[in-house]
Amino acid sequence: MSNKKRKKLTPTQQEYQDFASAREPKRPIFKNCLKAFLVGGIICTIGQGLIWFFMTYFDFNEKTAGSPTSSVLIFLSVLFTGLGFYDHIAQWAGAGTAIPVTGFANTIASAAIEHRSEGFVLGVGGNMFKIAGPVIVYGVFSAFVVAIIKVTIEMLGGM
Amino acid sequence: MLQGHQTWVFENRPVIISSAAVGGPFESKGKLAKDFDLLHGDLWLGQDSYEKAEKKLLEEACETAIKKAGLKKEDIQIFVSGDLINQIIPSNFAARTLGIPFIGIYGACSSSMEGLALASLMVDSRFAEFVLVGTSSHNAASEKQYRYPTEYGSQKPPTAQWTVTGAGAAIVAQEGEGPRVTCATIGRIVDMGLSDPFNMGAAMAPAAVDTIEAHIRDLDIDPSEYDLIATGDLGKVGHRIAGDLLKKHGIHIPEEKLTDCGILIYQEDQPVQAGGSGCACAATTTFGHFLNRMRKGELKKILVVATGALLSPMSYQQKESIPCIAHAVSIEM
Repeated sequence: MSNKKRKKLTPTQQEYQDFASAREPKRPIFKNCLKAFLVGGIICTIGQGLIWFFMTYFDFNEKTAGSPTSSVLIFLSVLFTGLGFYDHIAQWAGAGTAIPVTGFANTIASAAIEHRSEGFVLGVGGNMFKIAGPVIVYGVFSAFVVAIIKVTIEMLGGM
Repeated sequence: MLQGHQTWVFENRPVIISSAAVGGPFESKGKLAKDFDLLHGDLWLGQDSYEKAEKKLLEEACETAIKKAGLKKEDIQIFVSGDLINQIIPSNFAARTLGIPFIGIYGACSSSMEGLALASLMVDSRFAEFVLVGTSSHNAASEKQYRYPTEYGSQKPPTAQWTVTGAGAAIVAQEGEGPRVTCATIGRIVDMGLSDPFNMGAAMAPAAVDTIEAHIRDLDIDPSEYDLIATGDLGKVGHRIAGDLLKKHGIHIPEEKLTDCGILIYQEDQPVQAGGSGCACAATTTFGHFLNRMRKGELKKILVVATGALLSPMSYQQKESIPCIAHAVSIEM
């Protein structure tokens, strides 16, 4: 917890929080990192295999093979989400399944499934990007900022 | 009659003439499966939304309790119910089906004992002959409202808890056979500044301790009078903290007598992290397991301290801490 937040607490609250945190199991960070590395690595290896597949058997080069590869991974992720076991893999794998493109697909598919009961427009349509939305908003915005910086430097003859 | 600062002593000792517990698929694999009257293999219960499924759970629990008491709906004067869903819709809709005069309550996971205390008060004061009290929670409906979509792949920390899918109901009456409600301690809000919804046990433990302390102080009793003191849904994490906190405050409850419904309800190997939670956790364990044990004569006097975390998804996003509460009800055979 940040120091700023702690300062607002009364001494009793601070004392209790220390008392409680001494009795809470901690997240096994090292183990989680290892699992994430392993599963994330496997997903990326499958992705690399798919790139080679599309380059060998179809008319794709190293640059264009990325699109069909992502599509296949997204499809598999959405399928596993729909069949109901992506979240079980994720509980074990943590960031390993969240970081690659599969994690992004899962956020959208899971929200769409969850809100199906409120109808297609207000439910599925309105909530599909509930978790993925912020990623897109800030992803696009930061890309814009970075592009502005790059263009400015170029105009000033920097690069 | 009020005794001390916050404890009600029921002089006419209202009787719990019947009770019922209904559970979902995860509960059917739990430790207390045999104490449920009805278990469902499907999380949807054949409904088209989780909210409707929860309403069905509550209706079934209420109907089973009424049937077991040998009564008809018309015999019951008041239905007291609460749950976790926004605007307590499962309770409202179940009350619509039952057609019994209705009081909706919200005490988050403490609703079961809040309801039982209020029902006992109405019966004790002779404002009602029969009062039906019920509470429900549904794992997927709660996850949807409070956290993430059920199929979303997020890793839950070891302090997280699993919302029980189920409902518990009981009928409190002036006369009859069964365990009697002798007193209830109404809790006050305790907020220790914790704000992590994946660590409710630690947030709620001080509220449970506060209510237990108040109960002992108001009645001037020794906690070892009880065969069992059960907190509602502190889970493994909160249970350990509450145990140590009680010792620190000089209250000595033998370890085997202090337990938690969130620990009792599931098997060790079920992936529920720290244990069970939700309105139905204390409700099904009390109205199913504990009352069954009392009727069998295994327990004579118990204290159920249902704990509730009174946050909302919005208060959490606005960085508010979690206000917690606990209500204790003493039941004697």
